[in-house]
Amino acid sequence: MAILVLAEHDNASLKLDTAKVVACGQAIGGDVDVLIAGHECAAVVDAAKQLAGVRHVLVAQSVQYANGFADNVAQLIVDLAGDYEHILAAATSQGKDTLPRVSALLDVAQLSEVVEVVSADTFVRPIYAGNALATIQSHDAKKVLTVRTSAFDAVANDGAADVVAIDKVFDSVTQFVSQSLSKSERPELGAASVVVSGGRGLGSSENFVILEKLADKLGGALGASRAAVDAGFVSNDLQVGQTGKIVAPDLYIAVGISGAIQHLAGMKDSKVIVAINKDPEAPIFQIADYGLEADLFEAVPELTDLL
Amino acid sequence: MKVLVPVKRVVDANVKVRVNADNTDVDTANLKMAINPFCEIAVEEAVRLKEAGVVSEIVVVTVGPKAAQEQLRTAMALGADRGIHIQTEEALVPLSIAKLLNAVQKKEQAQLIILGKQTIDGDNNQTGQMLSALANMPQATFASEIKVDGDSLAVTREVDGGLQNVTISLPAVVTVDLRLNEPRYAKLPNIMKAKRKPLETLSIDDLGVSLKLHQTVLKVTPPAERKAGIMVASVAELADKLKNEAKVI
Ligand SMILES: Cc1cc2nc3c(=O)[nH]c(=O)nc-3n(C[C@H](O)[C@H](O)[C@H](O)COP(=O)(O)OP(=O)(O)OC[C@H]3O[C@@H](n4cnc5c(N)ncnc54)[C@H](O)[C@@H]3O)c2cc1C
Repeated sequence: MAILVLAEHDNASLKLDTAKVVACGQAIGGDVDVLIAGHECAAVVDAAKQLAGVRHVLVAQSVQYANGFADNVAQLIVDLAGDYEHILAAATSQGKDTLPRVSALLDVAQLSEVVEVVSADTFVRPIYAGNALATIQSHDAKKVLTVRTSAFDAVANDGAADVVAIDKVFDSVTQFVSQSLSKSERPELGAASVVVSGGRGLGSSENFVILEKLADKLGGALGASRAAVDAGFVSNDLQVGQTGKIVAPDLYIAVGISGAIQHLAGMKDSKVIVAINKDPEAPIFQIADYGLEADLFEAVPELTDLL
Repeated sequence: MKVLVPVKRVVDANVKVRVNADNTDVDTANLKMAINPFCEIAVEEAVRLKEAGVVSEIVVVTVGPKAAQEQLRTAMALGADRGIHIQTEEALVPLSIAKLLNAVQKKEQAQLIILGKQTIDGDNNQTGQMLSALANMPQATFASEIKVDGDSLAVTREVDGGLQNVTISLPAVVTVDLRLNEPRYAKLPNIMKAKRKPLETLSIDDLGVSLKLHQTVLKVTPPAERKAGIMVASVAELADKLKNEAKVI
Protein backbone atom coordinates (compact mmCIF):
# COMPACT_ATOMS: atom_id res chain seq x y z
CA MET A 1 0.00 0.00 0.00
CA ALA A 2 1.50 3.33 -1.02
CA ILE A 3 0.48 6.93 -0.51
CA LEU A 4 1.06 9.85 -2.86
CA VAL A 5 1.30 13.36 -1.39
CA LEU A 6 1.07 16.39 -3.69
CA ALA A 7 3.69 18.90 -2.53
CA GLU A 8 2.63 22.46 -1.78
CA HIS A 9 5.23 24.95 -3.03
CA ASP A 10 5.81 28.07 -5.09
CA ASN A 11 8.85 26.74 -7.02
CA ALA A 12 11.10 28.62 -4.58
CA SER A 13 10.30 26.88 -1.31
CA LEU A 14 8.42 23.88 0.02
CA LYS A 15 5.54 24.88 2.31
CA LEU A 16 5.31 23.48 5.80
CA ASP A 17 1.88 22.11 4.80
CA THR A 18 3.60 19.29 2.94
CA ALA A 19 5.37 18.03 6.08
CA LYS A 20 1.98 17.94 7.80
CA VAL A 21 0.31 16.05 4.98
CA VAL A 22 3.18 13.55 5.07
CA ALA A 23 2.39 13.12 8.77
CA CYS A 24 -1.21 12.33 7.84
CA GLY A 25 0.10 9.82 5.29
CA GLN A 26 2.17 8.14 7.97
CA ALA A 27 -0.87 7.94 10.22
CA ILE A 28 -2.62 6.01 7.43
CA GLY A 29 0.44 3.75 7.19
CA GLY A 30 2.42 2.67 4.15
CA ASP A 31 5.14 4.04 1.89
CA VAL A 32 4.77 7.78 1.38
CA ASP A 33 5.94 9.38 -1.87
CA VAL A 34 5.87 13.12 -2.48
CA LEU A 35 5.06 14.51 -5.93
CA ILE A 36 6.50 17.87 -6.92
CA ALA A 37 4.96 19.34 -10.05
CA GLY A 38 6.76 22.58 -10.78
CA HIS A 39 9.33 24.48 -12.79
CA GLU A 40 12.91 25.33 -11.82
CA CYS A 41 12.22 24.18 -8.30
CA ALA A 42 15.49 22.59 -7.19
CA ALA A 43 15.24 24.07 -3.69
CA VAL A 44 11.81 22.51 -3.28
CA VAL A 45 13.18 19.10 -4.27
CA ASP A 46 16.04 19.44 -1.79
CA ALA A 47 13.64 20.28 1.01
CA ALA A 48 11.26 17.44 0.16
CA LYS A 49 14.10 14.89 0.19
CA GLN A 50 14.66 15.70 3.85
CA LEU A 51 11.09 15.03 4.98
CA ALA A 52 11.30 12.21 7.49
CA GLY A 53 9.96 8.87 6.34
CA VAL A 54 9.41 9.76 2.70
CA ARG A 55 10.32 6.98 0.25
CA HIS A 56 10.57 8.71 -3.16
CA VAL A 57 10.30 12.31 -4.24
CA LEU A 58 8.75 12.29 -7.69
CA VAL A 59 9.71 15.40 -9.63
CA ALA A 60 7.84 16.55 -12.72
CA GLN A 61 9.46 19.75 -13.97
CA SER A 62 8.08 21.71 -16.89
CA VAL A 63 7.04 25.25 -17.62
CA GLN A 64 3.56 23.72 -17.95
CA TYR A 65 3.62 23.03 -14.20
CA ALA A 66 5.04 26.44 -13.25
CA ASN A 67 1.76 27.75 -11.85
CA GLY A 68 0.47 24.51 -10.40
CA PHE A 69 -2.80 24.73 -12.29
CA ALA A 70 -5.39 22.12 -11.44
CA ASP A 71 -6.17 20.81 -14.90
CA ASN A 72 -2.82 19.37 -15.92
CA VAL A 73 -1.52 18.62 -12.42
CA ALA A 74 -4.66 16.50 -11.94
CA GLN A 75 -3.91 14.65 -15.18
CA LEU A 76 -0.38 14.01 -13.98
CA ILE A 77 -1.61 12.61 -10.67
CA VAL A 78 -4.16 10.38 -12.41
CA ASP A 79 -1.39 9.12 -14.66
CA LEU A 80 0.63 8.11 -11.57
CA ALA A 81 -2.34 6.90 -9.54
CA GLY A 82 -2.04 3.23 -10.51
CA ASP A 83 0.67 2.70 -7.92
CA TYR A 84 -1.17 4.33 -5.04
CA GLU A 85 -4.09 3.57 -2.80
CA HIS A 86 -4.22 7.01 -1.17
CA ILE A 87 -3.73 10.39 -2.80
CA LEU A 88 -3.32 13.34 -0.44
CA ALA A 89 -2.90 17.08 -0.66
CA ALA A 90 -3.15 19.93 1.81
CA ALA A 91 -6.54 21.65 1.94
CA THR A 92 -4.96 24.80 0.50
CA SER A 93 -6.23 26.72 -2.50
CA GLN A 94 -4.11 24.50 -4.76
CA GLY A 95 -5.13 21.24 -3.09
CA LYS A 96 -8.80 22.19 -3.16
CA ASP A 97 -8.50 23.22 -6.79
CA THR A 98 -6.79 20.04 -7.92
CA LEU A 99 -7.87 16.96 -5.97
CA PRO A 100 -11.59 17.01 -6.81
CA ARG A 101 -10.55 16.71 -10.47
CA VAL A 102 -8.36 13.73 -9.59
CA SER A 103 -11.29 12.13 -7.76
CA ALA A 104 -13.70 12.70 -10.62
CA LEU A 105 -11.28 11.29 -13.19
CA LEU A 106 -10.69 8.23 -10.99
CA ASP A 107 -14.44 7.93 -10.30
CA VAL A 108 -13.96 7.98 -6.53
CA ALA A 109 -15.40 10.30 -3.89
CA GLN A 110 -13.13 12.79 -2.15
CA LEU A 111 -12.88 13.43 1.57
CA SER A 112 -12.18 17.12 2.22
CA GLU A 113 -10.34 18.67 5.17
CA VAL A 114 -9.55 15.42 6.97
CA VAL A 115 -8.58 16.09 10.61
CA GLU A 116 -8.07 12.54 11.87
CA VAL A 117 -7.16 9.14 10.50
CA VAL A 118 -9.15 6.33 12.14
CA SER A 119 -7.91 3.59 9.80
CA ALA A 120 -6.77 3.25 6.20
CA ASP A 121 -10.36 3.62 4.97
CA THR A 122 -12.00 5.66 7.74
CA PHE A 123 -11.45 9.34 8.38
CA VAL A 124 -12.88 12.20 10.43
CA ARG A 125 -13.78 15.52 8.85
CA PRO A 126 -15.63 18.60 10.09
CA ILE A 127 -18.98 19.57 8.58
CA TYR A 128 -21.26 22.57 9.18
CA ALA A 129 -18.44 25.02 9.93
CA GLY A 130 -16.96 22.57 12.41
CA ASN A 131 -20.11 22.28 14.48
CA ALA A 132 -20.05 18.54 13.86
CA LEU A 133 -17.44 15.93 13.06
CA ALA A 134 -18.33 13.17 10.61
CA THR A 135 -16.55 9.82 10.74
CA ILE A 136 -16.68 8.46 7.22
CA GLN A 137 -15.73 5.08 5.82
CA SER A 138 -14.71 5.09 2.19
CA HIS A 139 -15.64 2.12 -0.03
CA ASP A 140 -13.62 3.34 -2.99
CA ALA A 141 -10.53 1.40 -4.08
CA LYS A 142 -8.54 4.63 -4.03
CA LYS A 143 -8.94 7.26 -1.36
CA VAL A 144 -8.48 10.88 -2.31
CA LEU A 145 -8.18 13.26 0.65
CA THR A 146 -7.43 16.88 1.30
CA VAL A 147 -5.87 17.30 4.71
CA ARG A 148 -6.54 20.08 7.20
CA THR A 149 -2.93 20.81 8.06
CA SER A 150 -3.69 22.55 11.36
CA ALA A 151 -4.71 19.11 12.69
CA PHE A 152 -1.36 17.39 12.06
CA ASP A 153 2.17 18.01 13.36
CA ALA A 154 4.83 18.30 10.69
CA VAL A 155 7.27 15.42 10.29
CA ALA A 156 10.94 16.13 11.00
CA ASN A 157 13.54 17.11 8.42
CA ASP A 158 16.03 14.29 8.89
CA GLY A 159 15.04 12.09 5.97
CA ALA A 160 16.97 11.14 2.86
CA ALA A 161 14.50 10.19 0.16
CA ASP A 162 15.64 9.47 -3.37
CA VAL A 163 14.49 11.49 -6.36
CA VAL A 164 12.63 9.99 -9.28
CA ALA A 165 12.23 12.15 -12.39
CA ILE A 166 8.83 12.06 -14.06
CA ASP A 167 9.05 13.00 -17.72
CA LYS A 168 5.37 13.07 -18.64
CA VAL A 169 4.18 16.59 -19.38
CA PHE A 170 0.52 17.48 -19.68
CA ASP A 171 -0.29 20.90 -21.08
CA SER A 172 -2.46 23.28 -19.09
CA VAL A 173 -5.51 24.92 -20.65
CA THR A 174 -5.33 27.76 -18.11
CA GLN A 175 -3.49 30.93 -19.13
CA PHE A 176 -1.63 32.73 -16.39
CA VAL A 177 -1.96 36.51 -16.64
CA SER A 178 -0.62 38.00 -13.41
CA GLN A 179 -0.78 37.71 -9.67
CA SER A 180 -0.59 40.04 -6.73
CA LEU A 181 0.71 38.10 -3.79
CA SER A 182 0.90 39.69 -0.39
CA LYS A 183 4.46 40.18 0.75
CA SER A 184 5.15 40.21 4.42
CA GLU A 185 8.05 39.68 6.75
CA ARG A 186 5.68 38.04 9.20
CA PRO A 187 5.21 34.28 9.37
CA GLU A 188 2.48 32.72 7.24
CA LEU A 189 -0.88 32.37 8.92
CA GLY A 190 -0.90 28.59 8.79
CA ALA A 191 2.62 28.25 10.16
CA ALA A 192 2.60 30.90 12.91
CA SER A 193 2.50 30.01 16.60
CA VAL A 194 0.86 33.35 17.39
CA VAL A 195 -1.91 34.94 15.33
CA VAL A 196 -3.28 38.42 15.96
CA SER A 197 -6.57 38.95 14.12
CA GLY A 198 -8.63 42.06 13.62
CA GLY A 199 -12.26 42.54 12.73
CA ARG A 200 -14.69 45.24 11.72
CA GLY A 201 -14.00 46.91 15.07
CA LEU A 202 -10.64 48.11 13.72
CA GLY A 203 -12.56 50.55 11.55
CA SER A 204 -9.94 51.17 8.86
CA SER A 205 -6.85 49.78 7.23
CA GLU A 206 -4.70 52.45 8.90
CA ASN A 207 -5.85 51.25 12.30
CA PHE A 208 -4.53 47.75 11.56
CA VAL A 209 -1.09 49.22 12.29
CA ILE A 210 -1.76 48.83 16.02
CA LEU A 211 -2.34 45.10 15.48
CA GLU A 212 0.77 44.84 13.34
CA LYS A 213 2.81 46.24 16.21
CA LEU A 214 1.39 43.64 18.58
CA ALA A 215 1.92 40.84 16.05
CA ASP A 216 5.53 41.92 15.47
CA LYS A 217 6.25 42.08 19.17
CA LEU A 218 5.05 38.47 19.47
CA GLY A 219 6.63 37.29 16.22
CA GLY A 220 3.15 36.42 15.08
CA ALA A 221 1.09 36.47 11.91
CA LEU A 222 -1.74 38.85 11.11
CA GLY A 223 -5.25 37.56 10.49
CA ALA A 224 -8.68 39.08 9.95
CA SER A 225 -12.40 38.43 9.93
CA ARG A 226 -14.37 38.39 6.73
CA ALA A 227 -15.91 41.75 7.62
CA ALA A 228 -12.45 43.33 7.83
CA VAL A 229 -11.48 41.86 4.46
CA ASP A 230 -14.77 42.80 2.80
CA ALA A 231 -14.37 46.35 4.08
CA GLY A 232 -10.97 46.49 2.41
CA PHE A 233 -8.96 46.92 5.63
CA VAL A 234 -6.65 44.02 4.69
CA SER A 235 -6.15 41.60 1.78
CA ASN A 236 -8.18 38.43 1.23
CA ASP A 237 -5.36 36.06 2.12
CA LEU A 238 -5.63 37.10 5.78
CA GLN A 239 -9.23 35.87 6.20
CA VAL A 240 -9.62 33.28 8.94
CA GLY A 241 -12.75 31.16 9.01
CA GLN A 242 -15.03 28.60 7.44
CA THR A 243 -14.28 29.94 4.01
CA GLY A 244 -10.86 31.39 4.66
CA LYS A 245 -7.86 29.88 6.38
CA ILE A 246 -8.06 27.45 9.26
CA VAL A 247 -5.48 28.08 11.96
CA ALA A 248 -4.64 26.49 15.31
CA PRO A 249 -1.76 28.49 16.79
CA ASP A 250 -0.59 28.37 20.41
CA LEU A 251 -2.06 31.83 20.89
CA TYR A 252 -4.88 33.50 18.94
CA ILE A 253 -5.75 37.08 19.81
CA ALA A 254 -9.10 38.22 18.39
CA VAL A 255 -9.47 41.99 18.42
CA GLY A 256 -12.70 43.74 17.49
CA ILE A 257 -14.15 40.46 16.23
CA SER A 258 -17.65 39.47 17.35
CA GLY A 259 -17.19 35.71 16.99
CA ALA A 260 -19.62 34.60 14.26
CA ILE A 261 -19.87 30.80 13.71
CA GLN A 262 -18.03 31.20 10.43
CA HIS A 263 -15.10 32.94 12.08
CA LEU A 264 -14.93 30.46 14.97
CA ALA A 265 -14.73 27.65 12.43
CA GLY A 266 -11.29 28.92 11.47
CA MET A 267 -9.69 29.39 14.89
CA LYS A 268 -11.49 27.55 17.65
CA ASP A 269 -8.86 24.81 17.81
CA SER A 270 -6.21 27.35 18.83
CA LYS A 271 -4.56 26.40 22.13
CA VAL A 272 -5.13 29.70 23.92
CA ILE A 273 -7.68 32.22 22.71
CA VAL A 274 -7.71 35.86 23.82
CA ALA A 275 -10.59 38.18 22.91
CA ILE A 276 -10.57 41.95 23.20
CA ASN A 277 -13.96 43.48 22.55
CA LYS A 278 -15.94 46.38 23.95
CA ASP A 279 -19.21 44.45 23.86
CA PRO A 280 -19.53 42.12 26.91
CA GLU A 281 -22.16 40.09 25.03
CA ALA A 282 -19.92 39.36 22.04
CA PRO A 283 -20.04 35.57 21.36
CA ILE A 284 -16.24 35.47 21.01
CA PHE A 285 -16.06 35.64 24.82
CA GLN A 286 -17.80 32.25 25.05
CA ILE A 287 -14.84 30.46 23.54
CA ALA A 288 -12.05 32.76 24.79
CA ASP A 289 -9.71 31.53 27.53
CA TYR A 290 -9.05 35.15 28.46
CA GLY A 291 -11.59 37.83 27.66
CA LEU A 292 -11.00 41.54 28.09
CA GLU A 293 -13.90 43.94 27.78
CA ALA A 294 -12.20 47.10 26.60
CA ASP A 295 -11.80 49.59 23.81
CA LEU A 296 -9.25 48.03 21.52
CA PHE A 297 -7.66 51.37 20.67
CA GLU A 298 -6.56 51.71 24.27
CA ALA A 299 -6.04 48.06 25.20
CA VAL A 300 -3.94 46.88 22.27
CA PRO A 301 -1.18 49.52 22.49
CA GLU A 302 -1.07 49.01 26.26
CA LEU A 303 -0.75 45.26 25.82
CA THR A 304 1.99 45.71 23.22
CA ASP A 305 3.94 47.82 25.70
CA LEU A 306 3.55 45.30 28.51
CA LEU A 307 4.70 42.23 26.59
CA MET B 1 -25.02 32.73 -24.36
CA LYS B 2 -26.61 30.39 -21.90
CA VAL B 3 -25.48 30.10 -18.28
CA LEU B 4 -26.15 27.14 -16.03
CA VAL B 5 -26.16 27.82 -12.28
CA PRO B 6 -26.33 24.82 -9.93
CA VAL B 7 -27.69 25.74 -6.47
CA LYS B 8 -28.25 23.90 -3.19
CA ARG B 9 -30.73 24.06 -0.34
CA VAL B 10 -28.89 24.27 3.00
CA VAL B 11 -29.49 25.22 6.61
CA ASP B 12 -29.45 29.03 6.87
CA ALA B 13 -25.97 30.44 7.59
CA ASN B 14 -27.14 32.14 10.79
CA VAL B 15 -28.37 28.92 12.38
CA LYS B 16 -26.04 26.89 14.57
CA VAL B 17 -26.70 23.21 13.92
CA ARG B 18 -26.41 20.49 16.50
CA VAL B 19 -25.69 16.81 16.32
CA ASN B 20 -28.75 14.58 16.84
CA ALA B 21 -29.26 12.37 19.88
CA ASP B 22 -28.14 9.10 18.29
CA ASN B 23 -25.04 10.63 16.69
CA THR B 24 -26.02 9.69 13.16
CA ASP B 25 -26.37 13.13 11.62
CA VAL B 26 -27.00 16.75 12.46
CA ASP B 27 -30.53 17.61 13.50
CA THR B 28 -32.03 19.72 10.73
CA ALA B 29 -35.71 19.28 11.66
CA ASN B 30 -37.55 22.61 11.77
CA LEU B 31 -34.43 24.62 11.01
CA LYS B 32 -34.61 27.60 8.70
CA MET B 33 -33.41 26.60 5.24
CA ALA B 34 -32.00 28.84 2.54
CA ILE B 35 -30.14 28.90 -0.72
CA ASN B 36 -26.45 28.30 0.01
CA PRO B 37 -24.82 31.79 0.25
CA PHE B 38 -22.19 30.97 -2.38
CA CYS B 39 -24.88 29.71 -4.78
CA GLU B 40 -26.72 32.98 -4.30
CA ILE B 41 -23.58 34.86 -5.33
CA ALA B 42 -23.38 32.61 -8.42
CA VAL B 43 -26.98 33.41 -9.35
CA GLU B 44 -26.37 37.13 -8.82
CA GLU B 45 -23.33 37.05 -11.12
CA ALA B 46 -25.36 35.32 -13.85
CA VAL B 47 -28.08 37.95 -13.50
CA ARG B 48 -25.53 40.76 -13.76
CA LEU B 49 -24.09 39.17 -16.92
CA LYS B 50 -27.59 39.05 -18.35
CA GLU B 51 -28.22 42.68 -17.43
CA ALA B 52 -24.94 43.55 -19.16
CA GLY B 53 -26.21 41.86 -22.33
CA VAL B 54 -23.58 39.11 -22.25
CA VAL B 55 -25.96 36.33 -21.25
CA SER B 56 -29.29 35.53 -22.88
CA GLU B 57 -30.63 32.75 -20.67
CA ILE B 58 -30.03 31.63 -17.07
CA VAL B 59 -30.96 28.08 -16.12
CA VAL B 60 -30.79 27.11 -12.44
CA VAL B 61 -30.55 23.49 -11.43
CA THR B 62 -30.66 21.75 -8.08
CA VAL B 63 -30.29 18.19 -6.89
CA GLY B 64 -32.30 17.61 -3.76
CA PRO B 65 -35.56 16.87 -2.00
CA LYS B 66 -38.96 18.18 -3.09
CA ALA B 67 -38.60 21.21 -0.84
CA ALA B 68 -35.51 22.31 -2.76
CA GLN B 69 -37.92 23.78 -5.30
CA GLU B 70 -38.16 26.73 -2.92
CA GLN B 71 -34.53 27.56 -3.61
CA LEU B 72 -35.08 27.29 -7.37
CA ARG B 73 -37.95 29.76 -6.99
CA THR B 74 -35.67 32.04 -4.97
CA ALA B 75 -33.09 31.93 -7.76
CA MET B 76 -35.79 32.67 -10.32
CA ALA B 77 -37.01 35.59 -8.23
CA LEU B 78 -33.46 36.95 -8.38
CA GLY B 79 -33.55 36.71 -12.17
CA ALA B 80 -32.97 33.16 -13.40
CA ASP B 81 -35.22 32.24 -16.34
CA ARG B 82 -36.08 28.62 -15.65
CA GLY B 83 -35.35 25.83 -13.24
CA ILE B 84 -34.49 22.15 -13.36
CA HIS B 85 -35.09 20.04 -10.28
CA ILE B 86 -33.42 16.66 -10.05
CA GLN B 87 -35.43 15.20 -7.26
CA THR B 88 -33.92 12.80 -4.77
CA GLU B 89 -34.37 12.33 -1.05
CA GLU B 90 -30.91 10.82 -0.73
CA ALA B 91 -27.91 12.80 0.48
CA LEU B 92 -25.47 12.41 -2.40
CA VAL B 93 -21.71 12.93 -2.38
CA PRO B 94 -20.36 15.78 -4.56
CA LEU B 95 -19.14 13.31 -7.20
CA SER B 96 -22.68 11.99 -7.71
CA ILE B 97 -24.03 15.54 -7.88
CA ALA B 98 -21.35 16.45 -10.41
CA LYS B 99 -22.36 13.43 -12.55
CA LEU B 100 -25.99 14.54 -12.52
CA LEU B 101 -25.04 18.13 -13.36
CA ASN B 102 -22.86 16.85 -16.18
CA ALA B 103 -25.87 15.00 -17.59
CA VAL B 104 -27.88 18.23 -17.45
CA GLN B 105 -25.04 20.13 -19.12
CA LYS B 106 -24.98 17.57 -21.95
CA LYS B 107 -28.58 18.51 -22.73
CA GLU B 108 -28.31 22.23 -22.03
CA GLN B 109 -24.93 22.90 -23.65
CA ALA B 110 -24.40 26.02 -21.56
CA GLN B 111 -21.40 28.18 -22.43
CA LEU B 112 -20.73 28.98 -18.82
CA ILE B 113 -21.46 27.14 -15.58
CA ILE B 114 -21.21 29.27 -12.45
CA LEU B 115 -21.47 27.68 -9.03
CA GLY B 116 -20.53 28.34 -5.43
CA LYS B 117 -17.07 27.25 -4.27
CA GLN B 118 -18.56 25.29 -1.39
CA THR B 119 -21.79 24.67 0.44
CA ILE B 120 -21.92 25.60 4.08
CA ASP B 121 -23.32 22.22 5.16
CA GLY B 122 -20.80 19.71 3.82
CA ASP B 123 -18.01 22.29 3.35
CA ASN B 124 -16.67 20.03 0.61
CA ASN B 125 -15.49 22.45 -2.05
CA GLN B 126 -15.55 19.75 -4.74
CA THR B 127 -18.57 19.88 -7.03
CA GLY B 128 -17.44 22.57 -9.50
CA GLN B 129 -14.01 21.06 -10.00
CA MET B 130 -15.49 17.58 -10.45
CA LEU B 131 -18.05 18.84 -12.95
CA SER B 132 -15.31 20.63 -14.85
CA ALA B 133 -13.27 17.41 -15.03
CA LEU B 134 -16.25 15.26 -16.08
CA ALA B 135 -17.46 17.76 -18.69
CA ASN B 136 -13.89 18.35 -19.87
CA MET B 137 -14.29 22.12 -19.63
CA PRO B 138 -11.62 24.50 -18.25
CA GLN B 139 -12.12 25.61 -14.66
CA ALA B 140 -11.41 28.72 -12.63
CA THR B 141 -12.12 28.36 -8.92
CA PHE B 142 -12.60 30.87 -6.08
CA ALA B 143 -13.47 33.76 -8.40
CA SER B 144 -13.66 37.29 -7.02
CA GLU B 145 -14.04 38.88 -10.45
CA ILE B 146 -15.04 37.54 -13.87
CA LYS B 147 -15.10 39.19 -17.29
CA VAL B 148 -16.40 37.62 -20.46
CA ASP B 149 -14.44 38.67 -23.52
CA GLY B 150 -15.70 36.93 -26.67
CA ASP B 151 -14.80 33.26 -26.34
CA SER B 152 -12.62 33.78 -23.35
CA LEU B 153 -13.11 34.45 -19.70
CA ALA B 154 -10.82 36.51 -17.47
CA VAL B 155 -11.02 35.47 -13.84
CA THR B 156 -9.46 36.89 -10.68
CA ARG B 157 -9.01 34.06 -8.19
CA GLU B 158 -8.62 34.30 -4.43
CA VAL B 159 -5.67 32.04 -3.67
CA ASP B 160 -3.79 31.44 -0.42
CA GLY B 161 -1.10 33.98 -1.21
CA GLY B 162 -3.35 36.74 -2.56
CA LEU B 163 -4.97 37.18 -5.96
CA GLN B 164 -4.25 35.45 -9.25
CA ASN B 165 -5.49 36.49 -12.70
CA VAL B 166 -6.04 33.82 -15.33
CA THR B 167 -7.89 33.43 -18.60
CA ILE B 168 -9.67 30.32 -19.80
CA SER B 169 -11.66 29.63 -22.93
CA LEU B 170 -15.40 29.11 -23.00
CA PRO B 171 -17.30 26.91 -22.39
CA ALA B 172 -16.00 26.85 -18.84
CA VAL B 173 -16.81 26.20 -15.19
CA VAL B 174 -16.32 28.94 -12.59
CA THR B 175 -16.69 28.57 -8.83
CA VAL B 176 -17.32 31.78 -6.92
CA ASP B 177 -15.94 33.23 -3.72
CA LEU B 178 -17.55 35.65 -1.29
CA ARG B 179 -16.23 38.87 -2.71
CA LEU B 180 -17.48 38.41 -6.28
CA ASN B 181 -20.60 40.44 -5.64
CA GLU B 182 -23.25 41.26 -3.08
CA PRO B 183 -26.51 39.54 -4.01
CA ARG B 184 -29.62 41.69 -4.31
CA TYR B 185 -32.84 41.09 -2.41
CA ALA B 186 -35.68 39.70 -4.49
CA LYS B 187 -38.49 42.23 -5.00
CA LEU B 188 -42.05 41.16 -4.32
CA PRO B 189 -43.23 41.44 -7.95
CA ASN B 190 -40.27 39.29 -9.00
CA ILE B 191 -41.11 36.72 -6.34
CA MET B 192 -44.64 36.55 -7.80
CA LYS B 193 -43.30 36.34 -11.35
CA ALA B 194 -40.92 33.55 -10.36
CA LYS B 195 -43.86 31.33 -9.46
CA ARG B 196 -44.87 31.21 -13.11
CA LYS B 197 -41.43 30.57 -14.55
CA PRO B 198 -40.90 27.08 -16.00
CA LEU B 199 -39.65 24.42 -13.60
CA GLU B 200 -38.91 20.93 -14.87
CA THR B 201 -38.67 18.02 -12.45
CA LEU B 202 -36.52 15.02 -13.32
CA SER B 203 -35.51 11.84 -11.56
CA ILE B 204 -32.01 10.43 -11.49
CA ASP B 205 -33.25 7.68 -13.84
CA ASP B 206 -34.60 10.26 -16.28
CA LEU B 207 -31.05 11.49 -16.70
CA GLY B 208 -29.79 7.96 -17.31
CA VAL B 209 -27.04 8.34 -14.72
CA SER B 210 -26.11 5.37 -12.54
CA LEU B 211 -24.62 6.31 -9.20
CA LYS B 212 -22.45 4.31 -6.83
CA LEU B 213 -22.29 4.09 -3.08
CA HIS B 214 -18.88 5.60 -2.30
CA GLN B 215 -18.92 5.93 1.45
CA THR B 216 -20.81 5.41 4.69
CA VAL B 217 -21.12 7.94 7.47
CA LEU B 218 -20.36 5.85 10.57
CA LYS B 219 -21.17 8.58 13.06
CA VAL B 220 -21.55 12.30 13.54
CA THR B 221 -20.32 13.74 16.82
CA PRO B 222 -20.09 17.19 18.38
CA PRO B 223 -16.63 18.78 18.49
CA ALA B 224 -14.78 18.87 21.80
CA GLU B 225 -16.10 21.69 23.99
CA ARG B 226 -13.59 24.30 25.01
CA LYS B 227 -13.40 24.66 28.76
CA ALA B 228 -14.87 27.89 30.00
CA GLY B 229 -12.44 30.80 30.15
CA ILE B 230 -12.32 33.85 32.37
CA MET B 231 -12.77 37.57 31.97
CA VAL B 232 -9.77 39.61 33.05
CA ALA B 233 -10.19 43.05 34.56
CA SER B 234 -7.27 44.85 32.99
CA VAL B 235 -4.61 44.74 30.32
CA ALA B 236 -2.02 44.19 33.05
CA GLU B 237 -3.87 41.11 34.28
CA LEU B 238 -4.13 39.80 30.72
CA ALA B 239 -0.40 40.22 30.17
CA ASP B 240 0.31 38.49 33.46
CA LYS B 241 -1.97 35.53 32.66
CA LEU B 242 -0.43 35.07 29.24
CA LYS B 243 3.09 35.05 30.66
CA ASN B 244 2.62 33.18 33.91
CA GLU B 245 -0.51 31.04 33.60
CA ALA B 246 -0.91 30.13 29.94
CA LYS B 247 2.85 30.53 29.36
CA VAL B 248 2.33 31.26 25.70
CA ILE B 249 4.62 34.28 25.64
C1 LIG C 1 -21.19 31.89 3.72
C2 LIG C 1 -20.49 32.71 4.74
C3 LIG C 1 -19.15 32.49 4.94
C4 LIG C 1 -18.45 33.26 5.88
N1 LIG C 1 -17.13 33.01 6.07
C5 LIG C 1 -16.46 33.72 7.00
C6 LIG C 1 -15.08 33.47 7.27
O1 LIG C 1 -14.44 32.61 6.67
N2 LIG C 1 -14.47 34.22 8.22
C7 LIG C 1 -15.12 35.20 8.93
O2 LIG C 1 -14.50 35.85 9.79
N3 LIG C 1 -16.42 35.45 8.68
C8 LIG C 1 -17.09 34.75 7.72
N4 LIG C 1 -18.40 35.05 7.47
C9 LIG C 1 -18.97 36.28 8.07
C10 LIG C 1 -19.43 36.12 9.48
O3 LIG C 1 -20.75 35.63 9.49
C11 LIG C 1 -19.42 37.51 10.20
O4 LIG C 1 -20.21 38.41 9.47
C12 LIG C 1 -18.03 38.10 10.33
O5 LIG C 1 -17.14 37.16 10.88
C13 LIG C 1 -18.09 39.32 11.24
O6 LIG C 1 -16.84 39.95 11.32
P1 LIG C 1 -16.45 40.83 12.57
O7 LIG C 1 -16.55 40.02 13.80
O8 LIG C 1 -15.16 41.50 12.26
O9 LIG C 1 -17.56 41.99 12.52
P2 LIG C 1 -18.78 42.29 13.52
O10 LIG C 1 -19.63 41.09 13.68
O11 LIG C 1 -19.36 43.53 13.02
O12 LIG C 1 -18.04 42.52 14.89
C14 LIG C 1 -17.26 43.64 15.17
C15 LIG C 1 -16.93 43.57 16.64
O13 LIG C 1 -16.03 44.61 16.98
C16 LIG C 1 -16.36 45.10 18.27
N5 LIG C 1 -15.82 46.46 18.36
C17 LIG C 1 -16.16 47.55 17.61
N6 LIG C 1 -15.42 48.62 17.98
C18 LIG C 1 -14.61 48.22 18.98
C19 LIG C 1 -13.64 48.87 19.78
N7 LIG C 1 -13.34 50.17 19.60
N8 LIG C 1 -13.02 48.17 20.73
C20 LIG C 1 -13.31 46.85 20.94
N9 LIG C 1 -14.22 46.17 20.20
C21 LIG C 1 -14.86 46.86 19.24
C22 LIG C 1 -17.85 45.03 18.32
O14 LIG C 1 -18.30 45.00 19.67
C23 LIG C 1 -18.15 43.75 17.56
O15 LIG C 1 -18.23 42.64 18.44
C24 LIG C 1 -19.12 34.28 6.58
C25 LIG C 1 -20.48 34.48 6.38
C26 LIG C 1 -21.16 33.70 5.48
C27 LIG C 1 -22.62 33.92 5.30
